[in-house]
Amino acid sequence: MADPRALYQEVILDHNRKPRNYGALEHASHHAEGHNPLCGDHISVSLDFDGERIGGIAFQGESCAICKASASMMTVNVKGKTRADAETLIQEFRDMATGKLDLNGHHHIGRLVVFAGVRDLPTRVKCAILPWHTLHAALNSVASISTEAEDDPMHASIGDA
Amino acid sequence: MTAMQTALKAPAAPAFDVERIRADFPILKLEIGGKPLVYLDNAASSQMPQPVIDRLVRYQTTQHANVNRGVHYLSETATSAYEEARGKVQRFMNAREDREVIFTSGTTDAINLVMHGYGRKFIGPGDEIILTTLEHHSNIVPWQMLAEEKGAKIRVVPINDAGELLVDEYEKLFNRHTKFVGMMHVSNALGTINPVKRMIGLAHTHGVPVLVDGAQAVPHMKVDVQDLDCDFYAFSGHKLCGPTGIGVLYGKAALLERMQPFKGGGDMILSVTFEKTTYNTIPHKFEAGTPPIAAAIGLGAAVDYLSAIGMDAIGAYEFDLLEYATEQMNRLRGVRIIGTAAKKAAVLSFAIDGVHPHDVGTLLNQEGIAVRTGHHCAQPVMQRFRVPATSRASFAFYNSMAEVEALIAGIRTVQKVFA
Repeated sequence: MADPRALYQEVILDHNRKPRNYGALEHASHHAEGHNPLCGDHISVSLDFDGERIGGIAFQGESCAICKASASMMTVNVKGKTRADAETLIQEFRDMATGKLDLNGHHHIGRLVVFAGVRDLPTRVKCAILPWHTLHAALNSVASISTEAEDDPMHASIGDA
Repeated sequence: MTAMQTALKAPAAPAFDVERIRADFPILKLEIGGKPLVYLDNAASSQMPQPVIDRLVRYQTTQHANVNRGVHYLSETATSAYEEARGKVQRFMNAREDREVIFTSGTTDAINLVMHGYGRKFIGPGDEIILTTLEHHSNIVPWQMLAEEKGAKIRVVPINDAGELLVDEYEKLFNRHTKFVGMMHVSNALGTINPVKRMIGLAHTHGVPVLVDGAQAVPHMKVDVQDLDCDFYAFSGHKLCGPTGIGVLYGKAALLERMQPFKGGGDMILSVTFEKTTYNTIPHKFEAGTPPIAAAIGLGAAVDYLSAIGMDAIGAYEFDLLEYATEQMNRLRGVRIIGTAAKKAAVLSFAIDGVHPHDVGTLLNQEGIAVRTGHHCAQPVMQRFRVPATSRASFAFYNSMAEVEALIAGIRTVQKVFA
């Protein structure tokens, strides 16, 4: 097992202390709310498109450090990406968090690799994934998702985490 | 220190040998990621001592068969061991008769039994049920289901900022519609010991029966159901050094006899035809199907183990642990204890400034320390204190002062990481 202490490394603590793109986005065309009722985490993601690409993106909410840092780094990583590229990254992030991504293979994870350690902490996987699921919901115009609800479009895959 | 606390402390002082007790619990020798386990999640579930493990093994290897059925040796042996366990529980909580002790699968099951057996029969439209803000979801949700079904109403006893019930407000909630009171003895989220004896007396002056959720009380103090004069008392085996899957509902015999059965099936009947079924006598009327025989016998062994140490000695030692932990935690800057009642069991809910409880839990786990983080199945309590969740250290009599110190050091480590 990887040292889970590695999870709380400086980059995550820094994004928790000073989250990037934090707040509400005015005139957002896409918006979704994400909840994890088990721990009370709540996050909202709003974005708009500049042509084909994500132009602006912001998030806000109450959550643990893992969730907040994940959201912060997510916004940095998807800004300027097409919808298809963002969806690919969502999928890869989720696979990494649940231990299914081959980190030595081809992927677009980059600096997000700092979250790889959550795969060894099953109770924290949902914390890291929540922002990404909320982004997925926003891109697909689903107003609100819950990690515990049956209608979470990605619930099945969190389930095996 | 109050006189009450001094009185609690007095009997234990000389001979509580925690190291000898720890040796009885094999799981306490575990290491988590190379650090000794510091198990402070006892309010969620306690650990099992070797004598209870041995009793389960002896039952399964030499005594197991179904109960109340066969005339063969093993069935008789299992039945007598099962009923012996009922007697042990009866004496442990000082019930008048052993038929007042019903084995359930746990506290939740026991409360649901009362809701279905008593509530659905005796509570109707416009009736009122009093609960408290401190309740665990298991003593809220069944009553909400009943209220919805019957058109009854739930009234809630408020708490103050220390996490203590406002008994004056409780008194004011009674009126001619009040038909039932449900209250927890000790708060799982805050540790508050509620003045249940006084509150039961008040309910009885209005002719209203009271169910006490004792899941967090029974492991920490001597509970005497006759002295409390409660009508129902529920608790779980696994918080009491026993197995999971077993719990107890104590009920006054006269009430249990008037109630309708909860589950239908084998064992709970005297005779069955397709025209009519005659129900069995209590407690069997409420024990449909094959009961958790091994777990009940394990609970009997747990009760013996705790009784040999003495519940008063356990309570007094745990009070020392709580007092030391509270004092140490109060010295930490940026740490707030949630739940500061004058009378508390050994539960410390706390918040660290700027650190979410889930991060606290994960970082403490890296030090080998097990605490609970979350809403503790008591969301109304969290809402009252305006926090989404807390971290909770809950102690048992096998925890040591050194483990309190490990917790404090762990919290300092968390603060350093998030500094």
